[in-house]
Amino acid sequence: MSEHQVFNTPRLEVPDRSLSRARMKVDRAAWASRYFRNFNRKAVLEIAESIAEAGYNRAGEFAELAVSETGYGVVEHKKLKNQLCTYELLNYYRDLDLVTPRVDAARQIIELAKPAGVVFALAPATNPVATVYYKAMLAVLSRNAIVISPHPAAKKTSVLAAQHLAAAAEAAGAPSGLIQCVEEPSIPLVQDIMASDRINVIIATGGTAMVRAAYSSGNPALGVGPGNAVAYVDPSANVAATAKCLVDSKSFDNSVLCTNESVVITLEKNRGNLERALRSAGAHICNEIDTDKLRNYLFGGEGFTLEAIGKSARWIAEQAGVRVSPATKVLVPVVATPGQDDLLFHEKLCPVLTLTAAVDFEQAVTFAKHTTRRGAGHSAAFHGDNSNRLVDFSQKMPVYRVVVNAPCSQGAAGFATHLPPTFTIGTGFAGRSSVGENVGPQHLVHWTRIAYAKDSKVNLESIDLSDVTTSGNPTAEVQSRKSVTEPVDSGVRDELRRLILEELQNLKGDAQ
Amino acid sequence: MQKAAEYWNPGKVSFWTEAGTPMVIDRREGYFLYDMSGKRLIDLHLNGGTYNFGHRHPELVEVLKSGLDYFDMGNHWFPSVARAAFAEQLVNTAPHTKYAIFGAGGAEAVEIALKTARYATKRKKIVSIIKGYHGHSGLSVATGDERFSKIFLADQPDDFLQIPFNDADALESVLKGRDVAAFIIETIPATYGFPMPNDGYLKACQDLCHKYGTKFISDEVQTGLMRTGVMWGWQGYGLKPDIFVCGKGLGGGIYPISACLVTEECGQWLVEDGAAHISTAGGSELGCLVGHHVIEMLQRPEVISNIKFVTEYFAQSMKEMMARHSDFFVGVRQRGVVLGLEFDHPEGAVAVSRALYENGVWAIFSSLDKSVLQFKPGVVLDVDTCQEIIDRFDAAMPRARQILKSGRRVA
Ligand SMILES: Cc1ncc(COP(=O)(O)O)c(C=O)c1O
Repeated sequence: MSEHQVFNTPRLEVPDRSLSRARMKVDRAAWASRYFRNFNRKAVLEIAESIAEAGYNRAGEFAELAVSETGYGVVEHKKLKNQLCTYELLNYYRDLDLVTPRVDAARQIIELAKPAGVVFALAPATNPVATVYYKAMLAVLSRNAIVISPHPAAKKTSVLAAQHLAAAAEAAGAPSGLIQCVEEPSIPLVQDIMASDRINVIIATGGTAMVRAAYSSGNPALGVGPGNAVAYVDPSANVAATAKCLVDSKSFDNSVLCTNESVVITLEKNRGNLERALRSAGAHICNEIDTDKLRNYLFGGEGFTLEAIGKSARWIAEQAGVRVSPATKVLVPVVATPGQDDLLFHEKLCPVLTLTAAVDFEQAVTFAKHTTRRGAGHSAAFHGDNSNRLVDFSQKMPVYRVVVNAPCSQGAAGFATHLPPTFTIGTGFAGRSSVGENVGPQHLVHWTRIAYAKDSKVNLESIDLSDVTTSGNPTAEVQSRKSVTEPVDSGVRDELRRLILEELQNLKGDAQ
Repeated sequence: MQKAAEYWNPGKVSFWTEAGTPMVIDRREGYFLYDMSGKRLIDLHLNGGTYNFGHRHPELVEVLKSGLDYFDMGNHWFPSVARAAFAEQLVNTAPHTKYAIFGAGGAEAVEIALKTARYATKRKKIVSIIKGYHGHSGLSVATGDERFSKIFLADQPDDFLQIPFNDADALESVLKGRDVAAFIIETIPATYGFPMPNDGYLKACQDLCHKYGTKFISDEVQTGLMRTGVMWGWQGYGLKPDIFVCGKGLGGGIYPISACLVTEECGQWLVEDGAAHISTAGGSELGCLVGHHVIEMLQRPEVISNIKFVTEYFAQSMKEMMARHSDFFVGVRQRGVVLGLEFDHPEGAVAVSRALYENGVWAIFSSLDKSVLQFKPGVVLDVDTCQEIIDRFDAAMPRARQILKSGRRVA
């Protein structure tokens, strides 16, 4: 060693505390769940109402934060999505009672609701706030506690949104720790928590790798993977209305929803019509050169060009070197024949919608089927009035939602159709998932079924089930309306007590 | 066992054998201990809060391990980054204090506290409560029960006075002479079985001390570190002790460290002669590193919330247990995760401790009041383990009853 040594290595490796903190959050959630799992319906709805209101009030603010943190999407559209995950979501499920015991006198069965316990939820960067809102609402309605792990690119906004809802829930009587969010997410952290025996179910929304990891974790998981939606435009469709749907859907939040149309296919004879209609609806139809430029820009590197996710059509056009009018909402590259190998048929979370045309309906369906394999189990759209073809298309497509004459992004997610509003689209067996529906609170509850012998004739109505639920938090201590930090200085409290006593004594004096 | 009796401590070995809890701890992890045969015990003794976060908490172990790549104990003569940072952090938890002085164990911190009070007042006498416990070194042992001082001829009845707990008048009568340097008291006397201070008692004591120029010292060795629901027990009673000491869990159960915090006025000796108290192992840098992390962990919202849940859970379930076993389980003393369970028999807690041990739970009776069981759950206990503790507790009660009955007949 020399006499004077300068050390370049860091003096001290401070161990990562985020994993340990996340584990503590899970334990805290388990405590919250212990109390919350017995709340009655009234108490549950009060909390749900409270987070809906809180979420609604700051939907716009969080939308702005999300866009500025992640660079994805459009503030106005995000605000709308956030709002949809408050009252709209609550109203949809308001009458679905997942709390009160169910009595089926005819079948001599009583069912008791048993919430999962601690839900571990992953949220994507593309819809951070809406997903937090949505999953928190699902947890509350099903009487579960939830720990959300946001995408690292959206962690600040997600944490704020979750804290905001948590405070609202607690103000309405929820135990503390019911809604929590990991501050410093990372892949090892997520893997550790997913594999932990302290959580009861995972709701994974995200990329294929993450979803597969959720399923391999050893814990029950509701995993939902990517989509690659195809819209089929039948010659029977009203092209003007269809084009408007497509452009609206594809430009909505710059197309970051996985339910967004990725490819639109029609029949050769209808292509000209559709192109014209799309153009009037605000789309830029690319010529061959523009199409090549877009393909190069979006898929020229390794895989999809990530910086394009959630960006506007104009921004992408500029990057790709395509000249478009300032009013352009969607870019439409055209691939003349529906081959499988064109990269433009892959999923694109940006307002780029590939148009192609088939010689006949059969070819269109075959192509749609293959394209959808890349986002299997997801969604598709059908435009037109021919119900025979609609049924045929739906029967053959490996998807669990076919949205008819509506924008696919809002339609499949339940906002422009009567499907359950969701940010977790079950991709079912076709997508190697355990749920094929839009995920809702009912997926987070199992029921204990008390089943009598077939020939028994017990009067089930006379059985007292009132002890199964409580009217809310049984004790003041866990009720965290009180601040978690320092209690009121007891010096102050003593002083107050003294003042009150004095006051009382004065009153007595007056009376005498 | 034989070797332990032969070479280590025959008294302790035979005591635990007779008590029916001949435990030799092998592995330890979280809130679990395993004896040499592999039998698992849930630890509710925690050595008075030393294992507040459980045994070998992974985060703390990692801190210590990585600390070893850079630090050692350090040179106690010189300033150091670790000591300065830790002292600042501690003082921030108690803003009315000014300096943190480090030791290696609780008794040493008490020693520093008593010396500081003597320095600040230029008086010699120390008052403590009967059945208080402040450690076993020279000055600290003199404040405690005579069982521990007489045997070593360490009792100093002239300078060390003892008064009954929860009796402010008794305190006033000894302070009146204005020759007492300090009154030292555990915020909740642990070894006495956690009897709760009466409303206003501690505040009255502090006021009396100030009235007569005596320093008020809080021993927070068992009540500090969030165990009563706040960082320091005195905070919950609206006190501002002139001096307070903490130890045990401060080192996370993996590296011994203790601290004595003093106000600016009391700490003037540090200005006059900083080397007046010196300790090679006191405030070792590794200890400071671990201690710093312990305090940081205790301040996390997750931990604070967990403590509330554990507190509430045991408040609730002990009420139920008491109702179910009211024939001899007669009272619960609780503040935060510090609990004393009262049994209707002078040796009741010894029997319950043994019955719990047989049922896989380790909780120790109070040395100075064997009718009270010390029941000290950790701050990050999870809901399942808490439930299991109560289930085992319930199962152990009939056995405790049986032990007591047979004991009574023998007696
Ligand atoms: C309240 C109190 N003070 C001081 C001490 C002494 O600490 P140590 O054993 O670390 O010297 C103890 C230890 O049991 C204690 O309980």
